[in-house]
Amino acid sequence: MHEFVEALRFIAHNGAVAGAPTLPSLTHLALETLKVGAIGVAISVVLAVPLGVWLGHLHRGSFLAINIGNIGRALPSLVVLAIGDAFLGLGLTVVELALVILAFPPIVTNAYLGVDTVDRDLVDAAKGMGMSGFEILSRVELPLALPLLFVGIRTAAVFVISTTTIAALAGFSGSLGDVIANETSYHFSGVLGAAICVAALALTVDGALTLVQRVLTPRGLRVAQLESSAEAGLAQPAA
Amino acid sequence: MTFALAAAGPVIPNYAAQSSSCEVHNRLFCAEWVRRNWAPVLWPALREHVVLAVVAVAIGFVISMALALAAHRYSWLERPTTLVTTILYTIPALALFELLAAPVGLNVYSAEIALVSYTLLILFRNILAGLRAVPADVLDAAEGAGMTRRQTLLRVELPLALPAIVAGLRIAIVTIIALATIVYVVYDRGLGVPIHTALGEGPFKTELIVAGGLAILLALVADGLLVLAQRLLTPWARVGES
Amino acid sequence: MKTADTAHSEGPLAFAQAAELELRSVSKRYPGQREPAIKELSFTVPAGEVCVLVGPSGSGKTTAMRLINRMIPISGGDILLGGRSVLEREPRHLRREIGYVIQQIGLFPHQTISENIATVPRLLGWPKQRIAARVQELFELIGLDPEEMAGRYPAQLSGGQRQRVGVARALAADPPLMLMDEPFGAIDPINRARLQDEFLSLQEKVKKTIVFVTHDIDEAIKMGDRIAILREGGVLVQYDTPREILTHPADEFVAQFVGADRGLKRLALTTLAELTLIEPNRLGADLVADGSLQVGRQTTARDALSLMLTAGGRPLTVLDGDGHVAGLMTLGVIEKLLSDEAAEPHAGPR
Repeated sequence: MHEFVEALRFIAHNGAVAGAPTLPSLTHLALETLKVGAIGVAISVVLAVPLGVWLGHLHRGSFLAINIGNIGRALPSLVVLAIGDAFLGLGLTVVELALVILAFPPIVTNAYLGVDTVDRDLVDAAKGMGMSGFEILSRVELPLALPLLFVGIRTAAVFVISTTTIAALAGFSGSLGDVIANETSYHFSGVLGAAICVAALALTVDGALTLVQRVLTPRGLRVAQLESSAEAGLAQPAA
Repeated sequence: MTFALAAAGPVIPNYAAQSSSCEVHNRLFCAEWVRRNWAPVLWPALREHVVLAVVAVAIGFVISMALALAAHRYSWLERPTTLVTTILYTIPALALFELLAAPVGLNVYSAEIALVSYTLLILFRNILAGLRAVPADVLDAAEGAGMTRRQTLLRVELPLALPAIVAGLRIAIVTIIALATIVYVVYDRGLGVPIHTALGEGPFKTELIVAGGLAILLALVADGLLVLAQRLLTPWARVGES
Repeated sequence: MKTADTAHSEGPLAFAQAAELELRSVSKRYPGQREPAIKELSFTVPAGEVCVLVGPSGSGKTTAMRLINRMIPISGGDILLGGRSVLEREPRHLRREIGYVIQQIGLFPHQTISENIATVPRLLGWPKQRIAARVQELFELIGLDPEEMAGRYPAQLSGGQRQRVGVARALAADPPLMLMDEPFGAIDPINRARLQDEFLSLQEKVKKTIVFVTHDIDEAIKMGDRIAILREGGVLVQYDTPREILTHPADEFVAQFVGADRGLKRLALTTLAELTLIEPNRLGADLVADGSLQVGRQTTARDALSLMLTAGGRPLTVLDGDGHVAGLMTLGVIEKLLSDEAAEPHAGPR
């Protein structure tokens, strides 16, 4: 138990280690983690959401959209990062590339399912009212697809934070993972402290995104029902 | 407490007497190296990886089934269970392994407890959803025929929930196989060990690709086997309307 | 009495005795509701008869039915099956002795038709050979080919076939009582009539005590030996044979419920064979029977009326089974029939 006390002390000192004044502070590392992660998620969202939404609107490519999700789940983050390291050298760009590769599947699958599973009767009614394809998409399908879509983004965000820390195992520096991978410098109390920070960071990001999702979801939507089916079918833990 | 490296004979490409030119130049794939190291390094790692994953999913399944059956009976249990399993699920693996290592130690238990934690949300949700999807009229007919609660559960609800349960198992096994590559930070077993070794050597491409490839292949094979199992176990799902 | 094992081994048509069902001041009250759902309902269904519970929605007819096999707990009163209170039995044992057919049927999708039918015998622990033999019998009874159908799954059957399998499943353990809740409700009207006819001929063979719930008065008249008309609150307004209800409705509610055309409905219950026909040479002066309108004696009075009206009121020539003229039928006979019945004092049990 005393290790946890030491760890909390480490956190309280913002990661300062006696005898090593040049080590970056915890706050710095945490912010770096968020920065790297945010870029990765942003790029993935920009790439995956339009694709998934478009495929879902057309109700085509389900095999592709769903199996990308399955295959994505089978890719260990460490392996992707290690291969990036072996062939391209692990700089920020390569790490971001790895993050995008890993974050893309859950977002595209959820975007696809979110739009694909919108009640066909509603789409039919909208068409009957004279809405164009684009109007149907933006006014009917997207708002209804939002919960599932957000589950995908949340999953990806947490996943990305986790992968960023794992990148330290492959030699990338610039995240809280640095501390966890560097026990010699930080001692176990440091490693544990960083682990607590990583956990807190992930939970906070997930919580914040959940709040955003709730705010953005139109009232009257049965969020809980949709969420549970989404998470049951498509969840991916942070690895 | 440091990272324990695998004791199963890491191969250093530049070990003069044994390395081929392929290894020295760190080319993409050195068959010679693979042949030499399959028995001492790769096969044990693969075996250990399978054991880690299967044990985790098996234990996770038992726990999740118990939780799901309880929540099916007492619906108020659903929310707190979902909350706890979601929290466990959201904590990044690297962090969870370290957090467990403090009280539990650098051993198989930390590894398995963490892996089991990641299966819970997936399996709990899927099993519960499967049980709830059984049509009300089927349940009514079962009760009307004179089945007890237990008989209804075993003979009607669980069989009909099978597709959802297997779907959950598929996701769980694939996820855990991928996650187990990081187990080595607290327990030096599994395919993560050769990957870690390779990272420390250059990185050594052959070892990396083979070990990583094995992990991915393992996941896909496990998924395929479960799909097969589902087809065998649910013959009624395959027949369409006549 | 040990767990009932009611089928007899004498073979297909020697079914177990049907049991008498008695409801004694049965009431059902839901907590928080001012009015009881069922208030002191009492009636008796003689063994081997079909009693139809009919009424508007909210009349508690389905509730009453489900009280019998204790799918809903009874608040007050008692229900006796074969003289024995249902409250004395464990619900699951009771239900294994009562056939239960619901509107959506509820066949187990993951089991074959054979397995579905064998449900209650399996629960009762019958030996395998006996179950197999019984399933075979039932296939024949409901008119499905066992070779073809036994291994099929419910998803592969049509609505009508599923319905029949549902009935077979309910009959499998040869129960003394059957409960049926709108069993033909989910079937299209064309097939429904066919299924009703098949069921009636089945009942001719098996002679079970049956409680049948429906909201359709025409179905009630067709299927029931007795009809119990319920109104809001499970109040029994009239309990009589179909003919009595149509001839002597107990009050305004019943009269409205059976419909203003109850006279015509009554005619549908009578065939020409039951009527005294007019001798060919005894026709009144203004009526001419040219023999061109011929009907058999099994024709219902209602159909005969329809024929006569479309023919401009001309009389019908009624033929018996051999093709000989049995007599003549006129509008006057119909009128007399209806008014005579109405004038009769109220007959039959209440």
